[in-house]
Amino acid sequence: MFDLKEFCKVQSLGQADNLLHQDKKNVILGGLLWMRMGNRQYHTGIDLSGLGLDRIEDKGDRIDIGAMACLRQLETSSLLKNNFGPVIRDAVSPIVGVQFRNLATVGGTVFSRFSFSDLITALLVLDTQVRLHRGGRVPLADFLESSPGRDILVSLSIPKQEIKTSYQSFRKTATDFPVLAAALSRDDSGWKIAMGARPSRAKPAPETAKLLPVNPNADQIDAACAAIVRELGFGSDQRGGKTYREHLAKILVKRGIQDICS
Amino acid sequence: MQLKCTINGTHYEENIAPDTMLLDFLRTKGFFSVKQGCDTANCGLCTVWLDGRPVLSCSVLAARSQGAALTTIEGVEKKAAAFGEFMAAQGADQCGFCSPGLVMNILAMEKELKNPTPDQIRHYLAGNLCRCSGYAGQMRAIEAYLKSKTPAGKGGKNEIR
Repeated sequence: MFDLKEFCKVQSLGQADNLLHQDKKNVILGGLLWMRMGNRQYHTGIDLSGLGLDRIEDKGDRIDIGAMACLRQLETSSLLKNNFGPVIRDAVSPIVGVQFRNLATVGGTVFSRFSFSDLITALLVLDTQVRLHRGGRVPLADFLESSPGRDILVSLSIPKQEIKTSYQSFRKTATDFPVLAAALSRDDSGWKIAMGARPSRAKPAPETAKLLPVNPNADQIDAACAAIVRELGFGSDQRGGKTYREHLAKILVKRGIQDICS
Repeated sequence: MQLKCTINGTHYEENIAPDTMLLDFLRTKGFFSVKQGCDTANCGLCTVWLDGRPVLSCSVLAARSQGAALTTIEGVEKKAAAFGEFMAAQGADQCGFCSPGLVMNILAMEKELKNPTPDQIRHYLAGNLCRCSGYAGQMRAIEAYLKSKTPAGKGGKNEIR
């Protein structure tokens, strides 16, 4: 069980930033679901829930999602569904249960760069940017490659786009972590593909996406499915072996393409 | 730290440790319906409402319920008892340990979803585990209960089928 000496519900991001850099043992609290299962000792838990960061807002040319928005909000948001199709909803809806998704936050999920994250996989095909308090706006893909620093994730920004999307995952049981996950999107300029739980962190597959014309035929789909295995590295863990994941990758990508083209 | 909140409509002011979990806080206040099952945020036994939303009290810092309205099954006793009759009619309860969390989530679902399909019910309740039953009796009870709330089903009996 983790240990927390102090709890502070901050009044501003500046106060949160000051606290975060005051002591290495101070920590930003997300939904707490993962953190509480560890046994680390923290000094001050910094709570952002009083800063209005739990909103999903239409900003004209983009949608902003606050760091404290919970996964259930993403699941039920008509704003996200109308602008980006089912990819975000389908990514988060299999995660444990409604009570869990009412707690798990966007910021906690993305900042932690969880390798099993369904949400990160989906966000990678939407040109998502991460807004950090100190680091400013950073493309999500670059943020995932950077080493974890002491900053505060404030919000996500997703540009509005004419897009079709699909989310495909394979799980051993309905609410388990994914064995493998695939997110796909298509607009007039082409495709985006990302795979998560490989089992390492989600990654885009731009070379595979380039092989697909807007309306691919069966041979082109098969070529893309073969290419995904070459482009992205897959590995083994307790949920599945490397070979198994390579096989699943082809299936999930094919299903995603067919879903979008149907 | 000082925590002020309401539990089932009654105001509480307590001095708590910053890392007290809501589940432990509620049990120390005598709300023993709130059960600890898995303690890994997976089983749903500890479900309570935080400002009307169902949450896992094992994973919420009590400090985060500052100023909030908390509801346990003791606070919705009549509704819970009404649903309980449908559970009993279907023989759906066995050890009953998971029932308070399940009932809290069913009543939350009733508020949130209108005329849910069986698949929507299963999806909403996927975070409530039961290790005695195969969920079939519970599903029958839930469907009969929801049907009894519709104009067509008003006054319907919760008979064993």
